[in-house]
Amino acid sequence: MKQYAYYPGCSLESLAKPYQLSAKEVSLALGLDLREIEDWNCCGATAYFPVDELLAYTLVARNLAIAEKTGLTDFVAPCSACFKNAYYTNNYLKKDPDLADHINFALEEDSLHVEGTLKVRHLIEVVLEDVGLEAVKNKVAHPLAGLKVAPYYGCQLLRPRKDHEDVENPQYFEELLSAIGAEPLEYASKTRCCGASLIITNRKAALEMVHLLLKEAIERGADVIVTTCPMCNVNVEVYQSQVNREFGTNYSIPVMYFTQLMGMAMGIAPRRLGIAREPVPKAQAPVSA
Amino acid sequence: MTAELSFNQEIANMMYATHGNPISHCLQCGTCSGTCPAVEFMDYTPRAIIGMIRENFKDEVLASNTYWSCASCYHCTVRCPAGIDIADMMYALKRYSMWKSRFKEGLIGPDFSEGFVKMIVNSGKSFEPILATTYLPKFSAGDLVQEALTATGLVLKGKIPLLPKRIKRLKKFQRMVKRIIPLGELS
Repeated sequence: MKQYAYYPGCSLESLAKPYQLSAKEVSLALGLDLREIEDWNCCGATAYFPVDELLAYTLVARNLAIAEKTGLTDFVAPCSACFKNAYYTNNYLKKDPDLADHINFALEEDSLHVEGTLKVRHLIEVVLEDVGLEAVKNKVAHPLAGLKVAPYYGCQLLRPRKDHEDVENPQYFEELLSAIGAEPLEYASKTRCCGASLIITNRKAALEMVHLLLKEAIERGADVIVTTCPMCNVNVEVYQSQVNREFGTNYSIPVMYFTQLMGMAMGIAPRRLGIAREPVPKAQAPVSA
Repeated sequence: MTAELSFNQEIANMMYATHGNPISHCLQCGTCSGTCPAVEFMDYTPRAIIGMIRENFKDEVLASNTYWSCASCYHCTVRCPAGIDIADMMYALKRYSMWKSRFKEGLIGPDFSEGFVKMIVNSGKSFEPILATTYLPKFSAGDLVQEALTATGLVLKGKIPLLPKRIKRLKKFQRMVKRIIPLGELS
């Protein structure tokens, strides 16, 4: 099995426990050996850059340095914000020797050194690129036939653009959902922002953003909204009651991590995927597998 | 004595590490404003803010909620025909306003960011319930009740553990941080 330096990020230890459980189960079943790096720290999310840019990069660099020390070449993060921070820091360290020198001076305090040589990817990219759709199809035990899914990419998985990939109308999430037998819906809001930490700092704005995401998914007849990021998942799931209160709606739609849906299709027991451990009780079971 | 930098130049300096084009490239086309999911909650649109920075409307820019309303979704950044990393510019404005301690009254963003930084420096990890104590005092009564219901419910259901995690090599981590920015005594 190919080994990966795995960086779960803080959310997967608290609010996004179901993501942690399902990511590990599904990866194992797909032959991806995720090795959690030791003593990792918070990547700073979006809250650190407003304070100090160099320190923001240093926080991320410590995790990259710990991963490099393992000798593994691939760094994988299941959280879009962690992924984006790791991807860009890794890139900047490689391109900018002055930045690397400065950060390495700080890392000496923890006997670490960073080069910026890792291949940094989000978990969904690793599934698509290293496992592939055909192999995923072969693992499906219970195709999710008839399940209408709104594929919610969110922001930082896609943006800023890494290379020349399509950030306006990507299709890979839909392809993955089709591979497990589900029916991906046309979902125009799929790359719109969930509000992220505005849910705390500017509640009115964030609730409006979540409202639009829920509205379109429900109007299109989605059975479930599927995410690739703990922040997206929490905003769209946990704040449904507040959206209902604010906008006089009566929305109740399950929100799941893509790994949970994959796990169900692959016949992994729901309990091991963190299903029924969500903060909001499901209006109805998303699948009758 | 050297001439004082204009606000436009100061912000350009705050963006020294940005990988996009300088804001002097802005065409004032408004693609950013048309794209921004938070624009209707901003005092000035992103396009207007760029124009105002270029014309040195320092007080008006700093007193606006625009940059603290940015969720860092980078939608404007990937669409800007002039190649400006507008989301990064919003970060630059946040840094400037934190540095100068000048921001619109009543905003939660600055407290949230500061609380987040303190939390990481104190434990190495972020943890939602601890973080809440830094911004909850600024919530309106209604929002406070809503958030308490949500957050408390999550803790009770075991969704959030009661105790925060800490990294093991915290002392070394904190010395690492001090090599980047002098923090004074950690609380």
